[in-house]
Amino acid sequence: MLYREAGQFKTTYGDDQAIFPIRQDRWGIAIVLAIAFVVLPAVATPYFVTSIMIPFLIYALAAIGLNLLTGYCGQVSLGTGGFMAVGAYAAYNFAVRVPELNLIVVFLLAGGMAALVGVVFGVPSLRIKGFYLAVATLAAQFFLDWAFSRIKWFTNYTPSGSVAAPPLDLFGIAINTPDRRYYLILTIVVVMALAAKNLVRGRVGRSWMAIRDMDIAAEIIGIRPWRAKLSAFAVSSFYIGIAGALWAFLHLGAWEPLAFDINRSFTLLFMVIIGGLGSIVGCFFGAAFILMVPLALNQIPLALGMPLSTAMISHLEFMIFGALIVFFLIVEPHGLARLWGLGKEKLRLWPFPH
Amino acid sequence: MTDSGGRKIGDVLLKVDNISLAFGGVRALNDVSFDIRAHEIRAIIGPNGAGKSSMLNVINGFYHPQKGTITFRDIARTDIGPYDAASRGIARTFQNIALFRGMSTLDNIMTGRLLKMKRNLLWQALYWGPAKAEEMEHRAAAERIIDFLEIQAIRKVPVGRLPYGLQKRVELGRALASEPDLLLLDEPMAGMNVEEKEDMCRFILDVNDEFGTTIALIEHDMGVVMDISDRVVVLDYGKKIADGTPDEVRGDQAVIDAYLGVSH
Repeated sequence: MLYREAGQFKTTYGDDQAIFPIRQDRWGIAIVLAIAFVVLPAVATPYFVTSIMIPFLIYALAAIGLNLLTGYCGQVSLGTGGFMAVGAYAAYNFAVRVPELNLIVVFLLAGGMAALVGVVFGVPSLRIKGFYLAVATLAAQFFLDWAFSRIKWFTNYTPSGSVAAPPLDLFGIAINTPDRRYYLILTIVVVMALAAKNLVRGRVGRSWMAIRDMDIAAEIIGIRPWRAKLSAFAVSSFYIGIAGALWAFLHLGAWEPLAFDINRSFTLLFMVIIGGLGSIVGCFFGAAFILMVPLALNQIPLALGMPLSTAMISHLEFMIFGALIVFFLIVEPHGLARLWGLGKEKLRLWPFPH
Repeated sequence: MTDSGGRKIGDVLLKVDNISLAFGGVRALNDVSFDIRAHEIRAIIGPNGAGKSSMLNVINGFYHPQKGTITFRDIARTDIGPYDAASRGIARTFQNIALFRGMSTLDNIMTGRLLKMKRNLLWQALYWGPAKAEEMEHRAAAERIIDFLEIQAIRKVPVGRLPYGLQKRVELGRALASEPDLLLLDEPMAGMNVEEKEDMCRFILDVNDEFGTTIALIEHDMGVVMDISDRVVVLDYGKKIADGTPDEVRGDQAVIDAYLGVSH
């Protein structure tokens, strides 16, 4: 009943093409942002902020990156973990070797470096598609894993191979409490999610989707496939690189190459599939969902008075993810985001079925 | 030369000379030459496998002929890429609909204007100021096409959900959105019922009349071809067998033989 758009008239094309064309949605997002920026830091425990909110936001950012490439441009990638590692190690090297750099500049440079590497590993996409491209990006994942564990320069010759982020500060404020880290990440994620949404609803996004849906027709209307594909790899890797830098600097603090192994790539791909291919909001759903399942498996049986063993939980996790991915691929390839969209569509018409 | 509608047929817009195209041993086109004049409706007909679609693919740069030249607006080339063809004003539709199925009607039509949109990635990410103004300008242009084709009601519907006839219309819209000088239509009426065919004919004639767009079309419905086209070229087994006004072509013995078959 509350979700009605009667009486809201759009008088310009700008209104019609707004991200949230319906007033209730605008209120909804304002409330979500208010909770994220004001309420949550005030009431949440440091545990909740550091172990749930921060990974959730960074995962969502990386998922947006992967979704731009896979969901919007149709190029499957299994190299996400590798590109995150590029961002993390680039940020580390810039921060350690040029300590006077501003933290934001370090993150941007890390993203830029990941974008470059992404473009290089995106070149095979000009010739190959689908499974074959997935295997080529898998090669990127293994190569990057290898490079960061074997080439000592990247880890600044630390004997153990594990590196630690330098003390962080931004405009003189030390980023050392969970709340400050959370605010920094939240701001970056909100800005970048908005930028991603803008990209996909404009010219660039349309050229990516055209390549995804039918590359021959895209070529005929004047889209150059190499430009569309490589720009998708660049932008996607930029996002993933920044997510990797945030993960390393603000979530882990100290890390080794194993932190960005193939499992990270799969986790992100699952998030994108469950959340919804070709949807920005879906990335948040997917990230939340994948983080929630282990928690729910832990908490619900506990609350019911029959706690499960840790091994059982991790096995169940695999089974549930596997089943869900099969379910979503068959029943709803556009994931939770589509269910969300359908729900809203129904609500707009409710109580009338049509 | 002026026809009854007051439409002025201009100079030669596109000229293909001695085009030969072979796939291995299969000769799809064999020494074909013809021209298309500005503002005319030019039909390319012929039995199945005659090389009609190959001809369109050569014109818009998708196939590269082994021999011959294509002269478009006085610039002669042996072969061009699809991007060059599109940026120089050649648009087309496909025999099997080639829409972007995951995108809405509006977005499909907007893709037709991609070549005209110039703002770079950073502006796009901001979606503000000049980038937004550009987007709105092209939205307005897309809306004019939507009005013209009478598809306002399906603006936001993903094209995968539309019925076949409407999909064909959206595809025409996408081609028109690029404001082409030369519009190539590959069987625009295939698989349509009579009403849909009449609508499509009306749109083709209106496009030609209102925008002055030159149209080259492939079509199997002879009634339609003879009705709407100014000149017809007939291909058979990759060779040109006739060229002229609908009346001339209709009376041509080689054409009758090609369509009806003849004992050799």
